[in-house]
Amino acid sequence: MSAKGMNRRQFLQSSSLAAGATVAATSGAAAQGMGLKALDDHSGRTLLKMTRDLYPHDTLADLYYMVVVEVLDAEAAGNDDTARLIKDGVAKLDGAMGVNFVDLSEGNRLAVLEAMESDPFFQKVRGTTVVALYNDPLVWRHFGYEGPSFEYGGYIDRGFDDLRWVGEPSADASPKAG
Amino acid sequence: MANYDLSDDSVVVVIGSGAGGGTLANELCQKGIKVVLLEAGKRYGENDFVNDEWDSFGQLSWLDKRTTSGTWRVAKDFAGLPAWICKTVGGSTVHWAGASLRFQEHEFKTRTVYGDVEGATLLDWPISLQDLEPYYDKAEDKMGTTRTHGIPGLPGNNNFKVMYTGAKRLGYKNVNTGRMSINSRARDGRPACQQIGFCFQGCKSGAKWSTLVTEIPAAEATGKLDLRTQAQALQIEHDADGKVSGVLYADKDGNRQLQKARVICVAGNSIETPRLLLNSASAQHPDGLANSSGQVGRNYMRHMTGSVYATFDKPVNMYRGTTMAGIITDESINDPARGFVGGYEMETLSLGLPFMAAFLDPGAWGRGFAEAMEGYDHMAGMWLVGEDMPQASNRITLHESETDQFGLPVPNVNFDDHANDIAMRNHAFKQGSAVYEAVGATNVYETPPYPSTHNLGTCRMSEKPQDGVCNKWGQTHELANLFISDGSQFTTGAAENPTLTIVTLAIRQADYIAEQMGQKSI
Ligand SMILES: Cc1cc2nc3c(=O)[nH]c(=O)nc-3n(C[C@H](O)[C@H](O)[C@H](O)COP(=O)(O)OP(=O)(O)OC[C@H]3O[C@@H](n4cnc5c(N)ncnc54)[C@H](O)[C@@H]3O)c2cc1C
Ligand code: SF4
Repeated sequence: MSAKGMNRRQFLQSSSLAAGATVAATSGAAAQGMGLKALDDHSGRTLLKMTRDLYPHDTLADLYYMVVVEVLDAEAAGNDDTARLIKDGVAKLDGAMGVNFVDLSEGNRLAVLEAMESDPFFQKVRGTTVVALYNDPLVWRHFGYEGPSFEYGGYIDRGFDDLRWVGEPSADASPKAG
Repeated sequence: MANYDLSDDSVVVVIGSGAGGGTLANELCQKGIKVVLLEAGKRYGENDFVNDEWDSFGQLSWLDKRTTSGTWRVAKDFAGLPAWICKTVGGSTVHWAGASLRFQEHEFKTRTVYGDVEGATLLDWPISLQDLEPYYDKAEDKMGTTRTHGIPGLPGNNNFKVMYTGAKRLGYKNVNTGRMSINSRARDGRPACQQIGFCFQGCKSGAKWSTLVTEIPAAEATGKLDLRTQAQALQIEHDADGKVSGVLYADKDGNRQLQKARVICVAGNSIETPRLLLNSASAQHPDGLANSSGQVGRNYMRHMTGSVYATFDKPVNMYRGTTMAGIITDESINDPARGFVGGYEMETLSLGLPFMAAFLDPGAWGRGFAEAMEGYDHMAGMWLVGEDMPQASNRITLHESETDQFGLPVPNVNFDDHANDIAMRNHAFKQGSAVYEAVGATNVYETPPYPSTHNLGTCRMSEKPQDGVCNKWGQTHELANLFISDGSQFTTGAAENPTLTIVTLAIRQADYIAEQMGQKSI
């Protein structure tokens, strides 16, 4: 029994934390333009719109959402079920109002997505996006999250207590370092 | 390191190397007792840990299949992950934040003090705070807990400053950087905290106490410990005259081995411990080992939990420094006038951006959520953790059809919040929000429970055999040489984080086991 592989897959199927492990496994997804392996161009553009609608950060360039689409593409390339789920899902998005999803107004796109919330396709894309988008070190910068700190000696000398807009706690409540 | 024979029936076998098992194994070795420590996970060192939330999650977590049921929100948000705990040498002490609080006197007597709470299976512990005090003292010394034994508190980080200011404005009296088993200065071969901020990802500096960095190396130094990693216990065997005799486990190559034993101590955390007893059912023990009371797996507690995050006009950068950097203890009293029995703690907590996205509001999407995330570096946060009510139906059972990689039934975790838990969470959300509003919060977010990090009570201690699984020493009522050595023993959960008490009970249990072995009673 190849226990490990099995666990991982079962886990991925059963947990909404699943995407985390997947993203970690497909790290290094190229961020420069979409080189899609399994999905056609239309699907790629539709997913790009959808991922942005799901987690809209207006000042984040498309580049960062493309990383998410590439994660979905990589999964579709390795798994026929996922490929089918995405293909059918894109067709549903396009069919909902008789106008392709990418051509819908923002309000109409949201209405279509809201109506699809319980659809496995929607859940797959949402679950993947919420992990892949916010797990990208380049995106961390946008949010002011500094990421790994051990190699810089932690924050002991780099501002762990640099907040000055409230008063200092008493020495009893918060002794000086060292 | 020792290397005992599989047929050596003079050894004590300890299952699980976390807070309970790792400590117990060391304490027994210090007394010259031969110990085989079976640990399902791999051994990592400080250099292996990664400052990356998802990578670390994949490295350290227990990801074997589990299922959920019941009305708790975790079953909806994280259906396949009821608990967030570790499978690695050191167990969940590799993950833990380090908060080390003693239980309060009344929390050992909840049935007496809280009375008959409808739907709850409250019971007094068969021991008191006084019984545990000398052992709490030893545990704090061993763990280097700040604000005990003359050890100074840790310095507060930005997240703490915000909480402190709000707490004081609200009139709370007891707010400080807490009792933490993280070195505020070098001690016991471990350095002072570097405020790295990845306490949940395995502390790379070793400033944080864990059984991995302290207990297991100390046990190895005695020459009495035989630690077997990637060794997952599958079943406990027994003989005809009411004693357990050995542990069947899968070794790192997946081969089954049977280790004979004089004494067996189970410390797999509160889901795997009852599962192992249930999976060990035999003709003589048809409902599972030590389960004629029917209590194995019942009364599962996970603490009332929730979080409050708030954003401010100015930056906080809460992720810098210790993850759990301070505490307000004013609400941990029992004051039924608040509309519930028992109390809760308010502890700062920070998540990195990846985990914040996953946990802030699981399942949420759209502009509102994105805007909340935009406030990440202006955010402060706290975790709310309080006593939940034990209930017979909150329970670990074996799944009817799903099996794991060894062909054994997987555990199902069924949980419903008790009305008291809901009332307490509501109060805690209001108070946590008020703390941040007092500092001028622009937005406040009430975050639902994460997968359970505190898992308790599924083989509880009881005075009478019909009320629980083990006695005041963690010795099962039915099988004299079978012990429960982790948080499963807890009769009730108390408001405080459990690990200090798990370690305390393990130290005390080691004394008892050594004495009983000396007297040839076991
Ligand atoms: C993120 C996080 C933060 C926390 N912070 C705090 C805190 O600040 N303060 C606090 O008090 N507590 C905290 N906790 C909780 C604390 O980690 C646990 O209470 C404690 O570690 C439980 O001890 P244990 O011995 O019961 O189990 P664990 O420490 O989980 O150890 C169980 C071990 O048994 C092994 N095992 C299980 N089944 C088997 C089997 N069949 N065969 C072989 N091995 C097996 C597992 O792999 C694991 O290594 C935190 C937990 C988490 C996850
Ligand atoms: S903040 Fe301190 S305890 Fe936490 S990981 Fe860093 S050094 Fe370790």
